[in-house]
Amino acid sequence: MGRAKLPRKSTTIDMTAMCDVAFLLLSFFILTTKFKPSEAIAVQTPSSVAAKKAPKKNFVLITIDKDGKVFLTIDDKNKRADVIEYLNTYNQLGANVDKFKKADYIGASFAQLKSFLDKPQEQRVGDQLPGIPCKDSTNNELVDWMRAVNSAYAGSKMDLLVKGDNLAKYPSFKGVITAFKKNDIQKFQIVTNPESAPIGSELYNRPNKAETATPENN
Amino acid sequence: MAELDTSGGGHKKGPGVKKGKKLSTRVDLTPMVDLGFLLITFFIFTTTMSQPTALKLNLPDDKVKPDEQNKAKESGALTILMGADNHIYYYEGQLKPDASNFKSASYNGENSIRDVIMNKKKYVRSIAQDPADPEHDLVVVIKPSQYCTYKNVIDILDEMSISLVKKYALVDIFDTEEQLVKISDSQKP
Repeated sequence: MGRAKLPRKSTTIDMTAMCDVAFLLLSFFILTTKFKPSEAIAVQTPSSVAAKKAPKKNFVLITIDKDGKVFLTIDDKNKRADVIEYLNTYNQLGANVDKFKKADYIGASFAQLKSFLDKPQEQRVGDQLPGIPCKDSTNNELVDWMRAVNSAYAGSKMDLLVKGDNLAKYPSFKGVITAFKKNDIQKFQIVTNPESAPIGSELYNRPNKAETATPENN
Repeated sequence: MAELDTSGGGHKKGPGVKKGKKLSTRVDLTPMVDLGFLLITFFIFTTTMSQPTALKLNLPDDKVKPDEQNKAKESGALTILMGADNHIYYYEGQLKPDASNFKSASYNGENSIRDVIMNKKKYVRSIAQDPADPEHDLVVVIKPSQYCTYKNVIDILDEMSISLVKKYALVDIFDTEEQLVKISDSQKP
């Protein structure tokens, strides 16, 4: 009696479909990666032809948001402690050092600093913060902050960055510059989006376009 | 277990050896899929942000005594003033009392500030005394009014890099100039 033999099924699977999916996903990810992390303070920086990359660590950053409010970020946690200890000594702030070390950015006047530090991190959203007062020349607290930062970084290199929003008004920026000048800080960098030199301009027509001009300011 | 080929290199197949099967044209795609997913993970993890760049800016020292400061020649000076709503003005040399040399420009398009700077450069080159450094006398003074935005200031600073202006300064605006900017702003649409 002959029994009909069942054909043995192969264990290999057709990989073509999976391969298609894999490469579809690959192209999707290559094309759609959004390059902006969401930040607590939303800032749209202007663009410039500067080609130098902004430093990514050990920076001191001044952020100016679109309403002209000023925030201070110190990247290095040890320097944060130095800064607040300096201010506690000279400005009688009495701020909590540990809480200050955990705060990623500072956006309150000296008087409000305590309540600012007492707020949980999630509630410190850029829009609702008062910012560091600096527009008024008689009450420019950024001068004191920068003096503290200067003393914390005494003897070591400091990368001072300014990151401002397109719509911020000039007086805030001027207040920041005044704070720098009063502390004898003459060099700083402005964070911008990269942009290519406009066609036909002098920079574009220059023979070696590799390096962008960093003109001396007299 | 490893097997030794004992056929001695002979090409003739023995009588018991079956004929080779026809090779299938299908390729095993598993390694390709592996590669695909490897690349996906690679791209997910390594995409860096379009990295922001830094524009360097050096401020002048305010504490230098007036007689030690660099004096700019009037013929080579160009002052740019920024007003509200992306309005921009300029004058060459010193501002005349009747403000007749106070002119209006734009950030881009017609009558752009870049053309103004280029024309000034040409003029400075044409009257230069030292052929080795024909642009020595060119100084651009940037005076932002309180009505202009941060973007306006950075655009003009950037314009200095674009037009390769070596000497420029960010200076506080005078009250009279600020008034002039304000009046001119209100007259513009």
